[in-house]
Amino acid sequence: MSDDEVDCKRRRFLTTAASVVGGTGVVLAATPFVASLQPSAKTLAEGAPIEVDISQLKPGQLMRAMWRRRPVWVLRRSEEALATLSGHQEELIDPTSEEPQQPAYAANNHRSINPEYLVLIGTCTHLGCSPAYVPAGESSELSSQLGANWRGGFFCPCHGSRFDLAGRVEKGFPAPSNLVVPPHRYLSATRLVIGADEKGVV
Amino acid sequence: MSSRSGRRSRLLDWIDARFPLSKLWNEHAAKYYAPKNFNFWYYFGSLALLVLFIQIVTGIWLAMYYKPDAGQAFASIEYIMRDVEWGWLIRYMHSTGASAFFIVIYLHMFRALLYGSYKRPRELLWLIGMTLYFLLMAEAFFGYLLPWGQMSYWGAKVITSLFGAIPVIGEDIALWIRGDYEVSDATLNRFYAFHVIAVPLVLIGMVVAHLLALHEVGSNNPDGVEIKYRKDSKGMPLDGIPFHPYYTVKDLVGIVVFLILFALVVFFIPEMGGWFLEHNNFEPANPIVTPEHIAPLWYLTPFYSILRAIPDKLLGVLAMTLAMVALFLIPWLDKSPVRSIRYRGPLYKTALALFTISFIGLGYLGTQNPTGLYTLLARIFSALYFLFFLLMPFYTKWDKSKPVPERLS
Repeated sequence: MSDDEVDCKRRRFLTTAASVVGGTGVVLAATPFVASLQPSAKTLAEGAPIEVDISQLKPGQLMRAMWRRRPVWVLRRSEEALATLSGHQEELIDPTSEEPQQPAYAANNHRSINPEYLVLIGTCTHLGCSPAYVPAGESSELSSQLGANWRGGFFCPCHGSRFDLAGRVEKGFPAPSNLVVPPHRYLSATRLVIGADEKGVV
Repeated sequence: MSSRSGRRSRLLDWIDARFPLSKLWNEHAAKYYAPKNFNFWYYFGSLALLVLFIQIVTGIWLAMYYKPDAGQAFASIEYIMRDVEWGWLIRYMHSTGASAFFIVIYLHMFRALLYGSYKRPRELLWLIGMTLYFLLMAEAFFGYLLPWGQMSYWGAKVITSLFGAIPVIGEDIALWIRGDYEVSDATLNRFYAFHVIAVPLVLIGMVVAHLLALHEVGSNNPDGVEIKYRKDSKGMPLDGIPFHPYYTVKDLVGIVVFLILFALVVFFIPEMGGWFLEHNNFEPANPIVTPEHIAPLWYLTPFYSILRAIPDKLLGVLAMTLAMVALFLIPWLDKSPVRSIRYRGPLYKTALALFTISFIGLGYLGTQNPTGLYTLLARIFSALYFLFFLLMPFYTKWDKSKPVPERLS
């Protein structure tokens, strides 16, 4: 073979090989930049479980705590409030809590360990706004919007989704699933841990 | 005199031998021939460049005083407003500039719909333009988090939650975008980086590409007639005039009028009754309490309305995405043989009128609470919005267009 003859096959092979090696290098070099956007170790550590004291909570009252920068609600439900949880099952998307929106121990009609206390993550399952707690019979701008048949629950002001007093979503609104019950357990009758249960920390 | 101009031309020769200065000036201004019949609608391209310039200059100055830190951001805005010399003016110019940018861009885009400026051979020009529009929305969205007010916080939360609607991996993507379980200091820091450098860099690059593509194919005009086909003996278009000085002077008039209006807003009504700066954003971000009424700024509300109109999370996000993607497809959906509305028939005129009403209607509804009649109206307008695109291949084909003249009328 003379020197000035071009070996096209060899040239194509070398071009392809160089492109593959170079492309791999680009992907590998991009990895730390993409992964750098993940939550940092500090952020993850700040997401540790929290303890909540519920001894001051009165019936019908809602308290808010922060866990993982999300509002966590603890609602103390009265007997009348618990009575509103039955009889409207056909208006709900998931009345029996089939979807994995709660730990197994909260997959019941009242969606909690103890029927009296409801623990929820207070962000709408639609786009993450924090719904307002609107008890039945309270007169405010929101409850007048919700009409006379409102039996008490949560209303998201952003996109209009409605939830009952167990955080179950009503049909016909944009939120696709029930409000999330975080993993939690009772340390005593009035002390709660949120973010961990018998199975350990999430 | 002669020796001075001789020296100047020697300097120009020296530069031209090393950098194509005269060549660039001639190709893009002195010998760039534009159609002679530009009207009112042709002001908004150069005005968009002016607003981009205002945003970059005021933005650089704001970055000197602003603190991208969840603990200090809100207070640093108040510091700019009260304590920094002329800080209030620079900030109001920036916030008014954001809304002015969208007003100018929406009118610029409407011009393209009026005169068929996206039609062959200007498809790529339209695609680059639409990319610019979406970069601008991203830029505005990132920037809106920075004051760390209630609306900033909850707006960012809603938009980052949109990614959670993606099946299976959605929540992980949302976590990756925020860099935290929720919108937080980490999110603010990265949005700052996107707002002040990443998006503006791409934006400026795409503006250059937009201008290069425009000067390659030449400007369309209100008649939609190509001026390139009729040339004089020197090879210049008979119906064209050099961009400089004719249109540089015309654009200067537009700039003066625009700046008068801009100054009126900046000095007398910078909040524009809550349309340019929302009332809720004068309250620091509070992750526990959602304001009773939240809405993005007016320029994003048409898409936000479509999202809300659909009572299903995933379908709502899909519809909103489709509403944006549909805009890119217009050059291929329009089957009309003519460009300009002047020679189109009643079908396209009706469709464009309905589309404009729906878009403005959706924009208004997106600022209101989603209840009762408003939800119904938002659904009707959303349907009209999509029908404009879905039926476009048919009504543009069946429409009775008028004969187009060979030269500008």
